[in-house]
Amino acid sequence: MHYYNEEDLARFGEIGKARPDLFEKFMAWYQACQEDGALSKREKALIGLAVSVVVQCPYCIDAYTQSSLENGSNIEQMTEAMHLASAIRGGAALIHGIQSHNAHDKISM
Amino acid sequence: MRNELPIIERESPARAAVSFDEKLARYNLDLRAVTVDTLQINVGKLCNQACKHCHVDASPKRTEIMSSETAEQILAAIRRFKIPTLDITGGAPELNASFRRLVSESRAAGTRVIVRHNLTVMFENGQEDLPEFFRGNQVEVVSSLPYFLQQQTDAQRGQGVFDKSIEALRRLNAVGYGIEDGLVLNLVYNPTGAFLPAAQAALETDFKREMKTRYDIFFNNLFTITNMPIKRFLGYLRRSGNEERYMQKLLDAFNPSTVENLMCRNLISVDWTGRLFDCDFNQMLDLSVEGNAPQTIAEFNPEKLNYRRIVTGAHCFGCTAGSGSSCGGAVAE
Repeated sequence: MHYYNEEDLARFGEIGKARPDLFEKFMAWYQACQEDGALSKREKALIGLAVSVVVQCPYCIDAYTQSSLENGSNIEQMTEAMHLASAIRGGAALIHGIQSHNAHDKISM
Repeated sequence: MRNELPIIERESPARAAVSFDEKLARYNLDLRAVTVDTLQINVGKLCNQACKHCHVDASPKRTEIMSSETAEQILAAIRRFKIPTLDITGGAPELNASFRRLVSESRAAGTRVIVRHNLTVMFENGQEDLPEFFRGNQVEVVSSLPYFLQQQTDAQRGQGVFDKSIEALRRLNAVGYGIEDGLVLNLVYNPTGAFLPAAQAALETDFKREMKTRYDIFFNNLFTITNMPIKRFLGYLRRSGNEERYMQKLLDAFNPSTVENLMCRNLISVDWTGRLFDCDFNQMLDLSVEGNAPQTIAEFNPEKLNYRRIVTGAHCFGCTAGSGSSCGGAVAE
């Protein structure tokens, strides 16, 4: 037994069984975000992959891995995007170390 | 290159949740041939490579190869019916003893000749002069290069294939292919796994930039071709647990606007024994042209093949997914 099932990705639409109006609004927004615009579909797929990794959503990682490949990215480019997002996440954690230093300094002679 | 892949003779065909004919019917589409402007001949399964995605299951161990008698029947049909285009494939077609005669006699008859050349066969004994032979006959060369990097290319086509392919492309460029007018060198991109190809125009831009800057190589067009769930690629899908998901992906990506431009509407495929098929994929699945039509090259007559109903299967979803797929690449926007 595990909480994440691969098959559930294809069942995403079932969320719309309750409050379909909200799900339709979400889907319209979500799909509009994927289209070519000031950024290409390829760039957006890489951003999607990077974000998927840092939010640690297995469904999103699966979907955006395929989407990145199908928009012409290769594994080196995808890995660079994941490293950047992870490094930002690491940096975001580490900068909180300043809070620790501040707290330390406040109570230290 | 050693063949380490099993020969798959009889496997159950790929399955989809909906049949291709049912899908066409939902869009009120009827898939029939229009004309025969291309004779695509598969001169045999012998190849110096054994690629993991090969729908022919070709390899150095295969012995099925077109006889000179069948080759002569093809030439007779080309001369008699003035076929506009001859598209020669295999295996590695250059390894057939009749290959050069098929090319030169077809050219002499005024037929445009396309050769599906795997690049590395140029380094086999007796094949070193292929660039000059192609140039001398103004052959259009179409060559597979799944990616502009070694890792992806060798993963699909075999260890060492990428370096040889680059050297072969340099030799083709050296005699003018991809550079001079009339010496057409087109490359083919196949995804290196169970996913669809990227948009052809965007990928061609990438390939042209990378091939020039990394290797100083030039070519004319990039064709994106979807991997077909047949033979060796189907075996890969099954072994990797990807069959159901890949077939659903093809089905979900069905694009009705591809149907008008499917290659089966304009070509006849001939196998190494001279039997006729709607395409090279149907050939590998042993799905002959419909029963009322001529069945062999000896009976070939374009008028009796025009407007025939195309024989279909679940694999046809490979040609209608996304921007579509054909031996000339994408078929829709």
